[in-house]
Parts: sequence; structure tokens; C-alpha cells
Amino acid sequence: MSIEVIKPGLASSIQDKGREGKYHLGIPPSGGMDQRSLIAANLLLGNPEGAAVIECALMGPELRFNEARKVVACGAEMTPRVNGEARPLNEVFEVPADATLSFDFVKAGARLYLAIEGGIDVPERLGSRSTYTLGSLGGLNGRNLQAGDVLHILPAHGYATLGRCLPGTLLPEFSKHYQLRVIPGLYAHRLMPESHALFYEEDWSVASEADRIGYRMKGGSPLNFVEREPPFGAGDDPSNIVDACYPIGSIQVPSGSEPIILHRDAVSGGGYAMIGTVISADMDTVGQIQPHQKVRFVEVSLEEALAARVSYQQELERLRQMP
Amino acid sequence: MSNEMTTTARYSQAGDEFLFVELNEEMTLEAFFRSISITQRLRDMALPGIVEICPANASYQVRYNPDVISAGQLQETLESLDREVSTQQVRTLETRVIEVPVLYNDPWTYETLMRFRDHHQDPSSTDLEYAARINGYDSVDAFIEAHSSTSWFVSMVGFVAGLPFMYQMVPRERQIQVPKYLRPRTDTPKQTVGIGGCFSVIYSVRGAGGYQMFGVTPMPIYDPAGDQPHIDDSMIYFRPGDIVKHRAIDREEYDALLSAAEKGDFKPRVASFTFDLDAFSQDPDGYARRVKEVLYEH
Repeated sequence: MSIEVIKPGLASSIQDKGREGKYHLGIPPSGGMDQRSLIAANLLLGNPEGAAVIECALMGPELRFNEARKVVACGAEMTPRVNGEARPLNEVFEVPADATLSFDFVKAGARLYLAIEGGIDVPERLGSRSTYTLGSLGGLNGRNLQAGDVLHILPAHGYATLGRCLPGTLLPEFSKHYQLRVIPGLYAHRLMPESHALFYEEDWSVASEADRIGYRMKGGSPLNFVEREPPFGAGDDPSNIVDACYPIGSIQVPSGSEPIILHRDAVSGGGYAMIGTVISADMDTVGQIQPHQKVRFVEVSLEEALAARVSYQQELERLRQMP
Repeated sequence: MSNEMTTTARYSQAGDEFLFVELNEEMTLEAFFRSISITQRLRDMALPGIVEICPANASYQVRYNPDVISAGQLQETLESLDREVSTQQVRTLETRVIEVPVLYNDPWTYETLMRFRDHHQDPSSTDLEYAARINGYDSVDAFIEAHSSTSWFVSMVGFVAGLPFMYQMVPRERQIQVPKYLRPRTDTPKQTVGIGGCFSVIYSVRGAGGYQMFGVTPMPIYDPAGDQPHIDDSMIYFRPGDIVKHRAIDREEYDALLSAAEKGDFKPRVASFTFDLDAFSQDPDGYARRVKEVLYEH
């Protein structure tokens, strides 16, 4: 069967759990920014948890199904509608043949994951079906969905059950003011001590430049760097370093003004000092923050990050065990 | 260059999945050589729990699964590899010398740079004129000669898929250096050759960029479609450690090579080579001549 894209939405792309092992050649992991919601959607339908789904940012697409198929939408709160009739989030429903699936404006969160029984059939590139738009790789022709695209869907496996839903304890929680846990480090020593302290004491708000590559933050005080003679090859700006690798989740501060958290389509390296890294357990959260919402960075130790990682994995395990 | 002291590596936790290692705050060939030697050894060890191994110019990073290998265990391994690399007697690298044909002063980067003059330090000059002047060359041609007659080490691949950062293999006082644009451009033609700081690059895809633009190469370096025979399944042509020699070409040759590339018929000139850091450090100019001989002796 196939699905026709009538309207693409703001930034809809095909994603799975992402690709590994090519970051040293500049190819980032990609994959759903909120992995937990992506996995939840697939598991609800009985798909392999890493099946390819549509990630829809802020404004969902309008899709026409040529055959009936069961689907589920997890993540951001955008009410699904079949031929205009509301359907629940986080619960398996069917889209009949020739029906149109659309979504309301987002009420909370930023990214919805639409899983389709069987999963989307695009070729694996470097071990993943995820779209990496900067490199025109993966997904459908290496780009976001466009009107007129036709998505082929793998055969239904028959395990999907109408009405199966996420238990209340596993529903996502959204906010307008988020805390993101950060391990300070990398080039944090280049900051003046008072700037380092201030970074964790002030509220930042997400700028409109918030996408799969990175989240730009504004509204906090400009950060000052320690005076120095620029090292050879670094560049003259105090925030410059000799071009280095950028960890996923690392926070860079070009010219000290607007911090950027790199996400799963990150540029893999460059010449701006990074001052810390968002812990892996909080990266899904970053992908659900809307522009203009508030963020407070919270300094944590590696031990605290590892404890949060265990909790996160336990939550994924509960998804895998759900009735 | 040969008597540089080995600096102490600085290890930094980057979240719970990355270990970042700075070998030197400034760019040196020694630091790069150390980075590539350590990361190559780590790759050969094929340790469980190691997810990504990324060498960079004077640093490197490792992505690991902390459920399989702890940060402490990983750091101990890296420290021991660093000791091994720092004490070895013979410092060599098995690599390739690759010729990159370049149409300098081409119409496409010219059109692009003219659109972004308000992002530039010197809106009244072209990028080439500006770079030539601030590096003390009396003409654009002399600057092109300096860029294309020397060899460059691929010291990092990244930013975007397959983009090589290249470090000029000449004594520091002769290295070309150019600041990046004051504000990045939103557009750069695909396969643009440019410089920012002391690094020369080839933009693998069209997109944003802040480096000064000097020309374009017809040579495909990133192949997501998989139709270029000289690029393997990784889709990426360059590897850290490759040595690049640019060659200035004219428009006629550019068009011919581009049309070959479009048919999947581009055949780069490439030779295998054993790079010896100490031999290079003792006689950079003599060594540069040898690199060229290797490339053109067949």
C-alpha cells in the first residue's frame, strides 16, 4: 500500500533509531529526536521498535491512504483527524482506504511520531532509513516530505490491535519550562567563572532557529571568555578553538551570545568552544521543546548522568513490557 | 617543528556517551599525527562498547556505550595508547597522495561571493584578492601558486558529510591563513575550495559556510547516490591522513572532468604513500618534492 502526501506540514521527515559508526566522516546519527516516543509508537503497533516512522515538527502533514491501515501517533499533542474526525493520541486506530489523515495545531510538545503498521518502506542507507537532510541522505530522497510524495508501506504484519493504548504511567509529560541536565566540561575553562555560574542560573528561551541540527537559545546574559593570545589555527574570536569534533548534545557558544545545543543531525565538528553536554537521558526532551519556551540548565556529575540513564532505560523497558 | 614538546592530553567527559580528548590547544602536525595514531590503534582493538572514533585536527573524540565500557576504563585505554604512540621510534602513516583538480577564480563562487559582500571583511575585494593581499602575495596568481604547489594533510573529515579539513604541509611561517567571513553565508556552491583560519576545505554539499572561497573542483567527494566508482560504500572519498595536492586547471579541462564525473567516469590521480613525520620535519621542502614525485611517477 502507499500513502500520498497532500500537505507536508512544517518539517516532516522519515526517521528510525538512526545510524552509527560514520560520525568520523561527518555523517551524524540522525533518527527520531524523541526516541522514546518513536519507540512507543512502534511498540504499540507491534512493529519492530526501530521501524521507520514520520517525525512531524510543530505542524503535522495531511496524508491520503490508498488502503486501510492501522496507525498510532505518539509524542507531541496534535490531535489526529481521519476525514476531519478526531482520533486519540497514543492509541491504535485505523485509517480507512481513501481516507485523509491530518493533525490539529500542536498543543504541547514539538514533535509527533506517526507509526504505520509494517513501517515505511524506504531503502536503508548506511544501516538506517533516517533522513539526514544536510547530506541529502536516507529517508525519501534525502529530504523532508513534500506535497505529492508517495510513501510505500511495508506489508501489514497483522499484530496491530485497534484501541491498544499507552498506559497512563507511560504517557509523556510536557511543560513550558524545562530543566536540562548538563555535564560541564570540554572548553568550559575558557569561560570567566562568573559567566560559567550565570549560565546555570538564568532562564534561556528557545529561539526560532531550533531544528534537527541544533537548538539555539537566547535571552540569557552574554557569556565572557577568558582573555588569551589565540592559539595557532584557532581564529581570533575568544570563542574560537582549533576545529574539533562536536559531541551530540554539546552546547557551543559562538561569540559568547547564543548557546546552541547540537542534536541528532549535528554538524560533526567546527571551531566554536563547547562548554558542556546535555546528558543522553534528556536529549529526547530537547526534541519536544517549542520555540519561545524556557529552559534552565542544571549542572550534574557523570554519576548523576549515569543514574538518569538507568531510569531512562527502565522506562524503555516498561514500554517493551506493556500489555 | 621536530623538537616540539609533547603536550599533556586533556580528557573531558562530554555527557555520558562521549569522551573528548584535546592533545594540543594549537594546531600542529605533531598533535594531528598523535590523534590519528591513537584513534587508528583504538579502531584496530575493536573494543566492545566503542561506537564512534573521530580523529580531529589536534584532538579527537570517542563515543562509547557506558553500559558496556566505563569512562574510566576507556580513558585508561586511551592513555596507554597515547604512551605507546608517544614513545615509538618510527613515526609513519600508511596513506594516499591524491590530486584534486581546481578551477580557481571560477564563475560560480564569484557569483556567490558577490551576493555576500556585506558579510565580508573587505567588501571591495574578492575573497582571492583579499587572501592574497593579507598573506603578502603580490597577485592572485601568486597566491593560487602557493595554494596549489604545496601539499595538504587531511586532518579531519566532517562538519557535514565528507568535508575534508586540510592542513598545509609547510613550516608555520609560510602557512596561508585567512579569517572566516564576519558572518557565515547561507550559500556555498557544492565542491567549493576555500580556506578559513589555517585550514583549506572542499565543501562536499551546497549549503551554509564561512570560509573564503577560491575555486571549485569537478571531483566528486561525497556520493550519497552511490554512482561514483572511485568512492566506496561509505559514500565518502577522503579519510583523515590523506595527503592532497591541488592542481590548477582551466575551464576547458574543468568542463571535460565534470562531464566525466556526471557519467561516473571520474578517475582521480592517486598513489599509495608512507608518510614519515620525522623525515618531513627535517626537510619539509625536500619532502614536498617527494610527495609530488610519488603522484606523477606513473
